[in-house]
Amino acid sequence: MFNQNYSDTYLRGILTSTKTIAAVGVSTNPIRPSYFVARYLSLKHYRVLPVNPAYTGQNLFGEGILPALKDIPGEMRVDMVDIFRRSDQVLPIVEEAIDLLLPRGLRTIWMQIGVINQDAARLAESAGLNVVMNRCPKIEHQRLFGELRKAGFNTGIISSKL
Amino acid sequence: MNTPTFGFDTLQIHAGARPDPATGARQTPIYQTTAYVFRDADHAAALFNLQEVGYIYSRLTNPTVAVLQERVATLEGGAGAVCCSSGHAAQIMALFPLMRPGDNVVVSTRLYGGSITQFSQTIKRFGWSASFVDFDDIDAVKAAVDEDTKAIFCESISNPGGYLTDIPAVAEVANAAGIPLIVDNTLASPYLCKPIEMGATLVVHSLTKYLTGNGTVTGGVVVDSGNFDWSASDKFPSLSQPEPAYHGLKFHETFGNLAFTFHGIAIGLRDLGMTLNPQAAHYTLMGIETLSLRMQRHVENAEKVAAWLEADPRVDYVTYAGLPSSNYATRKAAIYPKGAGALFTFAVKGGYAACVKLVDNVEIFSHVANLGDTRSLIIHSASTTHRQLNPEQQEAAGAGANVVRLSIGIEDVDDLIRDLDQALAAATS
Repeated sequence: MFNQNYSDTYLRGILTSTKTIAAVGVSTNPIRPSYFVARYLSLKHYRVLPVNPAYTGQNLFGEGILPALKDIPGEMRVDMVDIFRRSDQVLPIVEEAIDLLLPRGLRTIWMQIGVINQDAARLAESAGLNVVMNRCPKIEHQRLFGELRKAGFNTGIISSKL
Repeated sequence: MNTPTFGFDTLQIHAGARPDPATGARQTPIYQTTAYVFRDADHAAALFNLQEVGYIYSRLTNPTVAVLQERVATLEGGAGAVCCSSGHAAQIMALFPLMRPGDNVVVSTRLYGGSITQFSQTIKRFGWSASFVDFDDIDAVKAAVDEDTKAIFCESISNPGGYLTDIPAVAEVANAAGIPLIVDNTLASPYLCKPIEMGATLVVHSLTKYLTGNGTVTGGVVVDSGNFDWSASDKFPSLSQPEPAYHGLKFHETFGNLAFTFHGIAIGLRDLGMTLNPQAAHYTLMGIETLSLRMQRHVENAEKVAAWLEADPRVDYVTYAGLPSSNYATRKAAIYPKGAGALFTFAVKGGYAACVKLVDNVEIFSHVANLGDTRSLIIHSASTTHRQLNPEQQEAAGAGANVVRLSIGIEDVDDLIRDLDQALAAATS
C-alpha cells in the first residue's frame, strides 16, 4: 500500500535522475509558493515547463506557459509532473500524464505539500511510476543536497564522507 | 525502507557536521567571516528573496553557527533551530513572531530570576505582558489563558532547582487553547528531557550552560518542532499573513513546517540582530560532543551530594527532585527517568548569615552566577541571581533567604562532599 515515509535514497534517486519537470498549476505571482518552487528548480538547472491555463502565452523563467500537459510539444521528454492543484483535481492530471507522457520518459508523479490523492497515486504506481505526495521537491532538494543545512534545519543526514 | 535513525551519542557528535567541503577538515572550521560572495546577480536575488538558502551575511547565517543549529535541532527532535547571543535573547526570539502589543504569555512562577524580571518588567516595553501561575495547578494555567494569550512558557527542570514541570499536562492545555508551549530546557538538556516529544512546540536553551558545559561563552537557541499549524487561527499573523517586508510573502504557506525557523532568521535575526558569533558556536560544538557523558556524571554526583546533605544535621532540607523523598519523585520517574539534573538548593540551619558564610568558605565550589559548568558552583540566590525579586517572588521561585544553590560538576564526588562538609562546619560553628 501507499506509504508517505519516503526514504532519502528514494527521493535522492528521483531528484538526481530527473531533468525536465512539468509544473502543473504554477503561478506567475512571485510570492506564491508554486513560483518559489519553480524558480528554485530552474536555478538548480532543471528544465521547468510551466502549465497553467490562466497564464497561457506568458513566460516563466524562459519557458512559455502552456494551457495543459497535452500542449507540451510531442518530441519533448518529460521526467516528472509536479502538481500544484487541489487534491480533488489531481486524478485527471495524472490520467493525462500517463496517457501522453509515459512513452516520453515520464518516471515520477509528484504532489506538493497538502496535495494527497490515493486513487491517483495507485494509478501512477500501477503504471510503474514513482509517486511522492504531500512533499515539496524544493524542500527535499534543499534538505538532501545540503542547502537546508546552511540555515540550521534538521536534515537527518549523517555522513563522514567528503 | 525508511532512512535509519541514529542514537543520541552518535548525533551529539555528527548531526549537522560534515568534513569541510573546501579542505576536508574533519573538525568544523570556525568561519570567521562577515559576508559571502554571490555566484552571480541571479543567485544574490534568489537568496534575498528567500527562494534559495545560502549565506549572505553573518548576522543572518554562518556555516559554523549553522552546524550548531542543526545539531541542537536534531538532539531536540525539532525541524530547525536559530541560535542567538544568549538564553535571554532566545526567549525574546521565541516570543517575537508570536506576540503583538496587547498580547500576553502565561508563565510558570518557577523560573530563573532573570527570566522572571524579563517577563514581569522588560517585555512590557513591547506592549506584551505575562501572567504568572503555579504550574502544579493545571486548572489555574487553563484559567490564565485568555483570547490574547499567544504562548505558555515554563522551564523543564526549573532554576534554582527542585522542581520538575509536568510538560505533557501543560502541553495539553496549550494544545486545547491552540497556542504553542515554549519550554526552556536549559537545566535538563536534550539528554535528560525532550520537550517536543511531550508536546512542546518550541524549545529554548541557554547554550551557556550544559550544552557548552565548560563556562566559556554565552549563547542561546530556539528550536522549532515544526508541528504547529500557524494558519489554523488568526492568532499568529506574523507567520500566517502576508509579510510586508517580503513583498507580502506568507511564511507558513511558503515554508510549511520550516516557517518558524525561516522567520527567526529572515525577520528575527535580521531586525533584532541578537546573533551568535562563530567562535562561540565553536566552543559550544566542542561541548556538545560529550553532552551525554557529562550529564550522566552530573546527575550521578548530584544524587550523591543531595543524599549526603539531606542526612546532615546542619541542613534543614534539600530540594533536589532526584531524591526519593522529593514531592516530585513520581513525576521524575515518569517524565525525567534519566535524572532530575544537577542543580538544586538546600536550606542551612542559621539562615541568611550561615548561607553567606558557607559560600565564603568553600574551596572547590566556585562562587559564581552560573550553572551547568563542569566545575561545581555555589551561589546564594536571594542575594544574587534572584535579588531583583521581592521576598514572595523569591519564595515562589524556590530562592528564599535561607537557601544556597548548588550546580554540581563532574569532579570526584568525595572531594565535593568533603568541601561542603568543611564549609558547613565553618558556617554553623
